Amino acid sequence: MGEGIGARVLRKEDQRFITGKGRYTDDISERDMTHGVFVRSPHAHARIRSIDASEAKNVPGFVGIVTGQDLIDGAIGNIICGWMIYSKDGSAMKAAPWKVMDPEIVRHVGQPVAFVVAETRAAAVDAAEAVTVDYEELPALTNFHHALDPGAVEVHPEAPGNLICDWQLGDEAATDDAFAKAAHVVELDLEQNRLVPNAIEPRAAIASYNVAEEHYTLNTTSQNPHVARLCLSAFYNVAPEHKLRVIAPDVGGGFGSKIYIYPEEITCLFAARVLERPVKWVADRSESFLTDAHGRDHKTKAKLALDADLKFTGLKVETIANIGAYMSLFSSATPTYLYATLLSGQYTTPNIYCNVKLVYSHTTPVDAYRGAGRPEATFVVERIVEAAARKLGVDPIELRRKNFIREFPYQTPVLMAYDPTDFDALVEKGLAHADHAGFPARRAEAERRGKLRGMGFSCYIEACGLAPSKAVGQLGGGVGQWESAEVRVNPVGTIEILTGSHSHGQGHETTFAQVVADRLGVPVGNVAIVHGDTDKIQFGMGSYGSRSGPVGMGAIARALDKVEAKAKVIAGHLMEADPSDIVIENGELKVAGTDRKLGWHEMTLAAYTAHNLPDGIEPGLTEKAFYDPANFTFPAGCFVCEVEIDPDTGITRVVRFVAVDDFGVIVNPNVVEGQVHGGLAQGIGQALYEGAYYDDAGQLLTGSYMDYCLPRADDLPSFSLDHVETPNPNNPLGVKGCGEAGAIGAPAAVINAVTDALRTEAMTMPATPEKVWRAVQAMRAPIAAE
Amino acid sequence: MSEVKLTVNGRAVTRDVEDRTLLVTLLREHLGLTGTHVGCDTSQCGACTVHIDGHAVKSCTVLAAQVDGSEVVTIEGLADGASLHPMQEAFRTHHGLQCGFCTPGMIMMGIDIVQRHSSLDEETIRKELEGNICRCTGYHNIVKAIKAAADDMAVGTPSMAAE
Ligand code: FES
Ligand code: FES
Repeated sequence: MGEGIGARVLRKEDQRFITGKGRYTDDISERDMTHGVFVRSPHAHARIRSIDASEAKNVPGFVGIVTGQDLIDGAIGNIICGWMIYSKDGSAMKAAPWKVMDPEIVRHVGQPVAFVVAETRAAAVDAAEAVTVDYEELPALTNFHHALDPGAVEVHPEAPGNLICDWQLGDEAATDDAFAKAAHVVELDLEQNRLVPNAIEPRAAIASYNVAEEHYTLNTTSQNPHVARLCLSAFYNVAPEHKLRVIAPDVGGGFGSKIYIYPEEITCLFAARVLERPVKWVADRSESFLTDAHGRDHKTKAKLALDADLKFTGLKVETIANIGAYMSLFSSATPTYLYATLLSGQYTTPNIYCNVKLVYSHTTPVDAYRGAGRPEATFVVERIVEAAARKLGVDPIELRRKNFIREFPYQTPVLMAYDPTDFDALVEKGLAHADHAGFPARRAEAERRGKLRGMGFSCYIEACGLAPSKAVGQLGGGVGQWESAEVRVNPVGTIEILTGSHSHGQGHETTFAQVVADRLGVPVGNVAIVHGDTDKIQFGMGSYGSRSGPVGMGAIARALDKVEAKAKVIAGHLMEADPSDIVIENGELKVAGTDRKLGWHEMTLAAYTAHNLPDGIEPGLTEKAFYDPANFTFPAGCFVCEVEIDPDTGITRVVRFVAVDDFGVIVNPNVVEGQVHGGLAQGIGQALYEGAYYDDAGQLLTGSYMDYCLPRADDLPSFSLDHVETPNPNNPLGVKGCGEAGAIGAPAAVINAVTDALRTEAMTMPATPEKVWRAVQAMRAPIAAE
Repeated sequence: MSEVKLTVNGRAVTRDVEDRTLLVTLLREHLGLTGTHVGCDTSQCGACTVHIDGHAVKSCTVLAAQVDGSEVVTIEGLADGASLHPMQEAFRTHHGLQCGFCTPGMIMMGIDIVQRHSSLDEETIRKELEGNICRCTGYHNIVKAIKAAADDMAVGTPSMAAE
């Protein structure tokens, strides 16, 4: 194995991070750089009467101010939603314009109103505070549960009654029929709490403009710098694509929130041109809470139909999804195509129907956050299956086993075609690691100590590796979902991989190099991964949706195919053998069955000296590939969570968490396990700790780490992981992607465990001590009354 | 303005700073030591943790003027030339970092934790990490790394002595 696929190679990128030599956006300084601070709306809904910057101009160090009107006068375009969806009546979604800085009206607390630039950050803060904005406050709609109420305050006139889209998927008549004939029906009301992604590095941007060349450079915290450049040029009209370089240097986590191009980055570029000086903007955490796209936020009614043999016959799901004040880039796709298409779960349910109503509210825009639609779907499926088992008095694992899909490929009633996975094997391992058999004894022991124990399961399947571009286009997506890679082999045999994927913690500099090492036998140390710079890499769709493995590495594998083919032609020529007889092993090219061989570096040097190449072969050795996957990939797993609740305090502790996943081929187990750990922490965070709340006036009550509970080390257990490996048949490397699984599967497992302990289905996320304590009181009340 | 004199990573420095300048701003912007990060504005995340006179302190919570005369060590000052501090080494060996943004603070805090405890179990490490937030790793490998470094440091290494 060496350093190839499957090896636990230590990360190459770590050296700079552990010595303080990482280079994040805020670590960069430009000559003559200025600092910008946004003036933001304190109101959820208000008309802007006037903006008075006269005081600000007197603040020492003031350089300039940009207002929304300046952007409009500068022909800066509106922010787009990149995925068109249609209501069930055939009408297009009603997306209202999102102006970069609306000069007339604000629709959520934190919406930018003006951008003040000064010599230092402190001066910019002072000057921004000196800007007086006169607002006329308007009534706000901040609780989306009431967005569709008759007479509700309207967020945008373009979307009457706040309804953006009344979307559906599946066969409603057939599903209703299944319910009519069902032996059992189980219903469940569910909520997906609103989350704030919280990458620990806040968003930041440094824009500069070269007047002589009319050229822009943007250093920014992006998960997909090429997509940023495309949007900034094609839609926001900031600069033509060939005159704009976007660099995403080291980026401190993303989780979806750094996919989007927000008003701030656009405004920085505009300001850099107008002021003819570099402008840096770095969000403070309060701004991150107010402006990074939030995640989840659904309200759902679900029901499951079962026949007398306890086979699932129908699933009907009705969801209201909060989109916030504006439609962010993937906001239309996340609660629709990335959600309803996974409602089949691991089961053979033949009839599924889902209706989603997307609504506006006077809150921060909501978009894809780690898992994006799939955690929501998994929560619906795995909660209702567990609830059904309890209601019908069957073992929750047995009920799942009765309904597992076992024949592949499997076409679900909701668009997806699953590749092979062994759900039974996942469950078996999950139960073994969780010591399922020993649970009753542990529960009894806990009860003797006055504690409540519960065990919950979550058998998730998700779709990642977005995805065949054709399918994405047919479903309304505005971009292709391929990935690009270039393999540059240098004369001395070292290799640079230029990839369109972007690492913001995923370890690509190591894992991508392992793919090369595996194929060519060159040491990982001789392979450099170049990413995150539109000047260096031709194009890329970036990293989100666990696509770097299946799609990004897929592109590298395809480019390596071409490199390998040419290398064999050259080596064959040099060794007077047929290229088809050449094998590449341990950094050497050998003629099979003979002792003739050539070092990798000898071949590469020959490619570049070009003194002795076969006729028709170009000098050099560099190849590109654009890889468009044939299908989504379908990671799946079985999670088992055991909790212990202190009935006196309502505090829930996760005492054991087992995650068994099938990610297909694993390139670097360290990195994959790390991804699972982080995902689980976010999933457990959603289930027990995290939740964004607005008051009726639209103020974010959870706007800092003092009141939004991001899990700390002592809120979490150590995790117990294992895997099953079913190589993905469609992927060049057999990989499936692993970045979101933890966040997708964990919430249902935790809440199933909590509700098991509390013997009630009525528990919303986050299951805070207060909610749990109240549930304990409710559980005990009838006992006390007896 | 105040004149601040202090030792940073063994080097004597003097700077005139605005009174409101935070230590983290002095380090990052005046001294170019960008390894110390800022992740929040409420002193919760710990990304800015440095050592002041041998103790872990959140440098976003201290004014530069307050540390006049102190000895400050940042993440950049830990390694002894090419040889890493055992805590740095342990973070790498145990994959205790992903995006790396919380990492400098975690490492500085980890050293402080080890220094204050003669023996360390998982529960203690987790409790002690209360003030350091990581969004990437789920803490699993951070806890492992600190435990491993504690064992290494107990053996006593030159880089510890140098600190
Ligand atoms: S930046 Fe100092 S604690 Fe967050
Ligand atoms: S490694 Fe990213 S925040 Fe800790």
